[in-house]
Amino acid sequence: MAEIEIKNLHKSFGDFVAVKNSNLVIENKEFFVLLGPSGCGKTTTLRMIAGLELPTSGNILLDKEDVGYLRASQRDIAFVFQLFALYPHMNVRNNLAFPLKMQKFSKTEVDAKVMEAAKLLRIDHLLKSKVSSLAGGDRQRVALGRALVRRPKAFLMDEPLGTLDAEFRELMCLELRKLHDDIDATTVYVTHDQQEAMSMADRIAVMNEGEVLQADSPKIIYNKPKTKFVANFIGSPGMNFIPIKEKITPNQSSIKLLDSSLKIPEQREGTNSNENFLGVRPENLRLVSENGVKGNIFGVEYLGSRKILTVETQLGNIKIRVDSDTKVKINEQIQFDTLNNNQIIFDGSNDMALQSEFMS
Amino acid sequence: MMDTSRSPSEASGFSRKLAATIIIVYMVVTLIPISWMVATSFKSVDSAISYPPEVFFEPSLEGYVNLFTNRSRQPKDYLDTLPPPDTWYEELVRSREMVITGPSKFLPRYSNSLIIGFGATFFSVFLGSLAAYALSRFKVPLKDDLLFFILSTRMFPPIAVAVPIFIMYRKLGLGDTHVGMIILYTVVNLSLSVWLLKGFMDEIPREYEEAAMIDGYSRMQAFFKVVLPQATTGIAATAIFCMIFSWNEYAFAVLLTQFNAQTAPPFIPTIIGEGGLDWPAIGAGTTLFLIPVMIFTVVLRKHLLRGITFGAVRK
Repeated sequence: MAEIEIKNLHKSFGDFVAVKNSNLVIENKEFFVLLGPSGCGKTTTLRMIAGLELPTSGNILLDKEDVGYLRASQRDIAFVFQLFALYPHMNVRNNLAFPLKMQKFSKTEVDAKVMEAAKLLRIDHLLKSKVSSLAGGDRQRVALGRALVRRPKAFLMDEPLGTLDAEFRELMCLELRKLHDDIDATTVYVTHDQQEAMSMADRIAVMNEGEVLQADSPKIIYNKPKTKFVANFIGSPGMNFIPIKEKITPNQSSIKLLDSSLKIPEQREGTNSNENFLGVRPENLRLVSENGVKGNIFGVEYLGSRKILTVETQLGNIKIRVDSDTKVKINEQIQFDTLNNNQIIFDGSNDMALQSEFMS
Repeated sequence: MMDTSRSPSEASGFSRKLAATIIIVYMVVTLIPISWMVATSFKSVDSAISYPPEVFFEPSLEGYVNLFTNRSRQPKDYLDTLPPPDTWYEELVRSREMVITGPSKFLPRYSNSLIIGFGATFFSVFLGSLAAYALSRFKVPLKDDLLFFILSTRMFPPIAVAVPIFIMYRKLGLGDTHVGMIILYTVVNLSLSVWLLKGFMDEIPREYEEAAMIDGYSRMQAFFKVVLPQATTGIAATAIFCMIFSWNEYAFAVLLTQFNAQTAPPFIPTIIGEGGLDWPAIGAGTTLFLIPVMIFTVVLRKHLLRGITFGAVRK
């Protein structure tokens, strides 16, 4: 297994820039997820690591060796495609054996390796089946088997669970993660689904418009997002952004919100702009009976274990997460304030989070 | 009560019967000339030209014997001096007061047809699939213009360029050679082959060859091991079209071949019997001529059907 390092990687298709000077280090044995909306460059990045696209500039180091401009076949990595790309004219056994046939193994070695991979993925009873007769989950397993059968340095996966139905996807998330741990793999996984990313990843890189915005553990990505985009993209619903009409200065620890004052973590940085945002997650707000920000309940989403309230205030619509047995009515007047000291101030001029007591 | 035993999209009993009737009538109409031709090949020379035409007749292999042999008419006194005939076909020829002077040119002409037909089909499909793959996958400068140019070579009937080709072939020494005919038929078929196959290649997701390339194969290996097997339907369809053209082509064959590389189509009409055309021999030649292309189509038909079910399951 291997460490993958991406240095100043850049890719443009004509005028369109798909990946902008990105830098990433993927540690050995890490489950690394590239997350972002469609068109953010995550798949292009993955395809460059695989050798299916050549970088416009920059380097890709696999175990310290620059492989950025080598052919895909010379990189010793495996790729799992969204549509699996199982060869329809071969049965399961031949699909699994296909990568080995290029490596001059004897027939018994090939058979042994195919059997080992098949047992690991519990598809050994399907070896003689035609690919077209398999169910979605089994196709997924065969695709994984084909990837791991030759024990490559790294696994690259491009939304491999995208075509599975919801119930099966959750199961495969668990299986994938377990498989990764069992074989000590290094995995780079591309998805636009934050749940998949959060549940599987050691670290997540959030990308948008060709740039890596933040690469951190799921917990840090969720709690301490570095940009407004990351804060909004992660979490369901995303973070609330409450406009603040004041300049933030270092050491500031409260802000004015309408007519009340709100305590915030002590800031380490200031802003030049007068238009900034207070970022607060819906679960970090609570309903109170007095001294809170006033608003009207605009909508209630019941989600089983909790409810998401949309509250109309003079500061815009704000989402609050409450227990599902909280009794509220549409149009009811309520007040809310912050539950803890986990707020983040985003600089309105560049959408970056300010360093603070909480963020550092 | 409503008949609920079938789904709404299924044809009713009546329309099925109607469809079957139409197909049978059409089949009979199409098969009459062919069955007449096959019947003629088994007639004797006399019964072939008798009026009214004989629908029921005593079958004879005279046509086939005449097709494969050269004969000469001899006076009866001379025939009586000969030893009795060794074989059934010699006996048949003797009974017409003739002797066999040697094998006819039909067999060499027929094998020329096979060599040139299959050769041209192979190269049309092989070169066509490589070109189609490249045009389907790579950024080729002026791709659309190139494709239009390839198509434009079929915008006039090929025979329109007969004279320049005749002169070129004479200068290049390609006239009346197998290689020359294979090149000619390949070129004529290529535009069709490239266009047909490009359509099929476009349908094959790139992920297949990408998967193979990541698994350690070169692009060429991936093309042959992964892409081509999935283009079987297209290759079969294209091969049938190319084969039918090269097998049936008459005009260029008349113009460019004479002794060495003459194919069966220009040869068959030259079979002349005593006092006119030998219709049973021509019938025999045509019947035999029909067989290879028929077998070829039937064999590839399986792939056509398999291809259709392949396409139904996309992933």
